[in-house]
Amino acid sequence: MAVTRKAHGLSDRTVCGLFVLPALAVLVLMVAYPFISLLYYSTLRFSILRPGVPAEGVGLENYEFLLTDPDLWDRFVFTGKFVVMTVAVQFILGILIAYVLQRNFRGRDFLFTLFMLPMMLCPIVVGFLWRYMFNSEWGLVNYLFSLFGLGKLDWLGQAHNAVWAVVAADAWMWTPFVILLATAAFRGIPKDINEAADIDGASPAFRFFRVTLPLSMPILVIAFLLRLIDAFKQNDLFFAMTGGGPGSETMTVSFTLSKIAFGYFYTGEASALAVILLIIIIGLSMIFVRYLLRLTEGN
Amino acid sequence: MAAVDLRDLTVRFGDFTAVDAINLGLGDGEFVVFLGPSGCGKTTTLRCIAGLETPTAGDILFDGRRVNELHATERNVAMVFQFVSLYPHLSVRENIAFPLRARGVSRSVIREKIDWVTGIFDLAPILDQRPGRLPPGARQKAALARSVVRDPNVLLLDEPLSAIDEQFREEMRWELRHLQQRLGVTSVYVTHDQREAMSLADRVVLMRDGRIVQAGPPAELYEDPADRFAAFFIGSPSMNFLPARLTDDGLAIGREARPLKLPAPLRAGLAGHASEDAITLGVRPQHVSLGGRSGEAGVLDVPLIGRYQVGRERWFDFEIGGEICKGRVLSDDGRDGGEVPVTLDLDRVRFFAADGRRLRWERPS
Repeated sequence: MAVTRKAHGLSDRTVCGLFVLPALAVLVLMVAYPFISLLYYSTLRFSILRPGVPAEGVGLENYEFLLTDPDLWDRFVFTGKFVVMTVAVQFILGILIAYVLQRNFRGRDFLFTLFMLPMMLCPIVVGFLWRYMFNSEWGLVNYLFSLFGLGKLDWLGQAHNAVWAVVAADAWMWTPFVILLATAAFRGIPKDINEAADIDGASPAFRFFRVTLPLSMPILVIAFLLRLIDAFKQNDLFFAMTGGGPGSETMTVSFTLSKIAFGYFYTGEASALAVILLIIIIGLSMIFVRYLLRLTEGN
Repeated sequence: MAAVDLRDLTVRFGDFTAVDAINLGLGDGEFVVFLGPSGCGKTTTLRCIAGLETPTAGDILFDGRRVNELHATERNVAMVFQFVSLYPHLSVRENIAFPLRARGVSRSVIREKIDWVTGIFDLAPILDQRPGRLPPGARQKAALARSVVRDPNVLLLDEPLSAIDEQFREEMRWELRHLQQRLGVTSVYVTHDQREAMSLADRVVLMRDGRIVQAGPPAELYEDPADRFAAFFIGSPSMNFLPARLTDDGLAIGREARPLKLPAPLRAGLAGHASEDAITLGVRPQHVSLGGRSGEAGVLDVPLIGRYQVGRERWFDFEIGGEICKGRVLSDDGRDGGEVPVTLDLDRVRFFAADGRRLRWERPS
């Protein structure tokens, strides 16, 4: 072996490096370059629509402008409200359904597949679908309300209704993801542990809260993190269902971002906002990743 | 604590009958060991008592009350599993408290119980550790502590020591035995290790193919095996089985028809089974000794293969009909091969029919 290696003149280290190189190149191209240029653009005043106008370096002016804009703070507050609501609904429903689907009953696998379907649809399609369902005049939701003798609600025209409408659509689409991961987590618990809990006389509720849930935590935290980041970026549903209205009351930060970037084409300002958003998401992720590591150590 | 009765207990998985109409009574406070090879139904029977498996037919009774329909959570049985089943996210203390909390026992009682069980198992140093960091022996101790902390009706142990080092296992076995006697809890212990069964049990239940082969105190199974399987499975080293045919003054052993003279009463007893075309003479290696006077009753000439030492005891191998047999070297005449006389302890010799049945007859006292 030693002879062959010498003949080719490649050490193990070099070979390893060569294998890693393509992945590294892709990473640099797809992540590092855009990220660095994003940082750079965020310090410029320019618009990609007007390549003829020279970009003007403005330092941190874009950030200053954004962070002192009271409207943007409102966007952040609304986004936070939406994130908390939608993630909570998805987790409560998702874990509940996954728990029920643990049992063996006829048609369970069919039901499971059915539950997974919304996740596979295109978000913008889901948005329009729910927009029609929530139509105040001829939408399905108000029709169902009328069957129960309830009055018509202006779902998408009032901000406090609209946020629930979008939460419903988002939960309809993404609860399946929580069901999927929670099911995986529940099934990953060793049979012996569940039988030990039976023998120990644990009631279903006691077992669920003291054994099933704590042992599923690592996977649930990952699911939570993914849903959190995704909810934070939710854009399509608002675009399709409310268009950010009434006024700009249902504008999320990322919707605002896409409007600045591709509506007004203030490229520098949009870049700065993207950086702010990124920092928030990385910060949130780090909290949960650290929690995840603490959960899994020692087991 | 409770007495347990199994009546015609049967468990089928599809076409496979795991437990085949077993009848067995476990006395209150008794330590019973289910012994047998893998797939004999011992663990399935245990799981039926626990309520983790549903019998296909038959009844399970605790103190005369039918418990078939009771869920495992309601039977107040304790179980220690083969592989560690402590809750990995809880400390040893929380693990032990778990069955008490599940039943809504008050905090002060829980504290008392934990103190009590900590003393018994010497768990104080590991009480606040998580099971993942503990050695297997300590984990099983904690699992045992969790199982006895709530005064169970029955303590079920499914090969609890198999994951533990040989050396430590011996120690744990004794501790377990003392503990069981001290607590007086009805216990069922499942194992495939006959030495474990023999050293632990008040009563051994030997199983094979879902049926009970023999149930009795360890000494009874050793001295008076019900059939060839029981004779083979119990005892170490395993019993020697010599194929034999009846002759006028005794037996002809093996293909070579080596003559073995038997005393008249024994010969007469065997003659009652003269219709058997082939019989097997079973004798434990402990009851075969090197040396003897050729031609005397109970003395057989055999080709010696070799000798070896295990601890303080010396053993030898000889060959009968192509099979290696074993015996003990009590007095050494220095010979190391060739034909040698060996003496069988005729009081301890057992006979079996071709199908493994034990051949019995009234022995004149």
